[in-house]
Amino acid sequence: MISEAFTEWLPKVGNFSLTLLIVTFYGLLVGAAIERIIAKVQGRIGIPYSQPFINIAKTFFKRTAVSHGIMFYLGPVFRIAGGIGTLAFIPVIYGSEMFSNFSMAGDLFLVIYFMFFGQLGMALGAGESGHPYSAIGIARGLSQMTAYEVPFALAVISIVIQYDTLSITEIVAAQQGGWQNWTVITNWVATLAAMLAFLGMTGYSPFDIFLAPQEIPIGPPTEFHSAYLSFLQLNRALFGATKLVLFMNLFFGGATGWPELMIKTFLIYMVAIVVGVAFPRFRVDQGIRFFFKIPTLIGIMSIVYVQMVLTS
Amino acid sequence: MSKQQNKEVALKNDGLSEEEKLYFSDARPRPYEPYSIKAVEDFANWARANSLWILAFGTGCCSIELRPLMTARFDISRFGVAGRPTPRQSSLFIIGGYVSVKTLKRIIRSYEQMQGPKFIIALGSCPANGGMYFDSYNTINQFDLYLPVDMYITGCMPRPEALLSSILELQEDIKAGNCDGANRYVNNLDWYKTNQKKVIKNWDMPDYNW
Repeated sequence: MISEAFTEWLPKVGNFSLTLLIVTFYGLLVGAAIERIIAKVQGRIGIPYSQPFINIAKTFFKRTAVSHGIMFYLGPVFRIAGGIGTLAFIPVIYGSEMFSNFSMAGDLFLVIYFMFFGQLGMALGAGESGHPYSAIGIARGLSQMTAYEVPFALAVISIVIQYDTLSITEIVAAQQGGWQNWTVITNWVATLAAMLAFLGMTGYSPFDIFLAPQEIPIGPPTEFHSAYLSFLQLNRALFGATKLVLFMNLFFGGATGWPELMIKTFLIYMVAIVVGVAFPRFRVDQGIRFFFKIPTLIGIMSIVYVQMVLTS
Repeated sequence: MSKQQNKEVALKNDGLSEEEKLYFSDARPRPYEPYSIKAVEDFANWARANSLWILAFGTGCCSIELRPLMTARFDISRFGVAGRPTPRQSSLFIIGGYVSVKTLKRIIRSYEQMQGPKFIIALGSCPANGGMYFDSYNTINQFDLYLPVDMYITGCMPRPEALLSSILELQEDIKAGNCDGANRYVNNLDWYKTNQKKVIKNWDMPDYNW
């Protein structure tokens, strides 16, 4: 019994580790590329492509670290567990046994839950650091998250009704056979709501106030340093790339190979960047009001659209 | 570090009242050893040099010279330098010009909260010898009596180019493993504290700000 489970699960875990490595590496690299693009917009040269890797190495090799208690240790661990857990249930490459991870029926539910998990762990950790700015950053981050989750959840409900499944693999399978089958064409209303929510998710301007250095010292991770911070930096790259892969799977037809994945996710990321460099920052109350108005309305409309037009 | 471990060398925290002493650590900081494997230490030093995060704390008028470094004309981010608003995450403290006694207290608090290895660049003539404030009643004249300085840039005020070239020079020093200001500070803590307390009359903080 045990050996059977072992032989069945061991290759899966091995494959997942490989996926994790590639996605994290890609996330760090695409982060640097995006920084360079923003720098070009501002007329600068920007950071070298290796900068995110050097930053993580540096924070990891710091000599000293101060602790504020057990939850302070666990905050970054929960955060990265949330990132890894989210990726674990998303099929990365469609049709590939190796890179479909632990995808199963109903994984879409699990993924949406896992996206919350890391943030909540981080909230507890940052809370124990005792730094008032951490607490304010967390309050702002969580309230903004609650706001953008509404249109995102509505969009997800809409495509769940459309494809009549909760499995990401099946959602991707339904979109195969050409670009005219992608959700962005067949259910453009839901995609619009989700892409507006995506602007809040990526944490770029105009929804970057919870991380804004000019307002509150870099938000929730104010007190995290040394190796704690290297975990958070690693998770930022991993989680960012994971969200891109999820959006690509749900709305843009998934990917059948790594080059296709990289092109698609990069273009999805560029949506947030183009908006980010063009628009100034919202205050947190303005951001929340924005999400509860137009994107939420579009989200509700997408469900009506699915019921009236697509499934009738 | 628990209180029991360092009871024999615990700091006195004289500036605090009995009640306040309960809230602050009296542990004495320890010097750190380099990694025993030289290749690891060299790699760590290379990473430290190429990812210098500046503490965004302008202590005097020379810190106006810091801002142009981030603009398109100089673009310091090419060299891995970035601003960081919290001392916990930054590794480079640029003392921007004259240091009044009131600011010195805040500089000490911020410096001690930074995590080692940490470096200090003193910008302008004032931290070196008092500059135009040499006879002022509330400005200190020689900064390295109070905190360990890795590099001085003189001038009133120095151009951003001077700051840029000194940061590049500091990077070479870090790569060579010559910048151990944090260890110097910890090893000579009593001497530094005596000097600090000589000028800061209202010492109402712990002896070491963890």
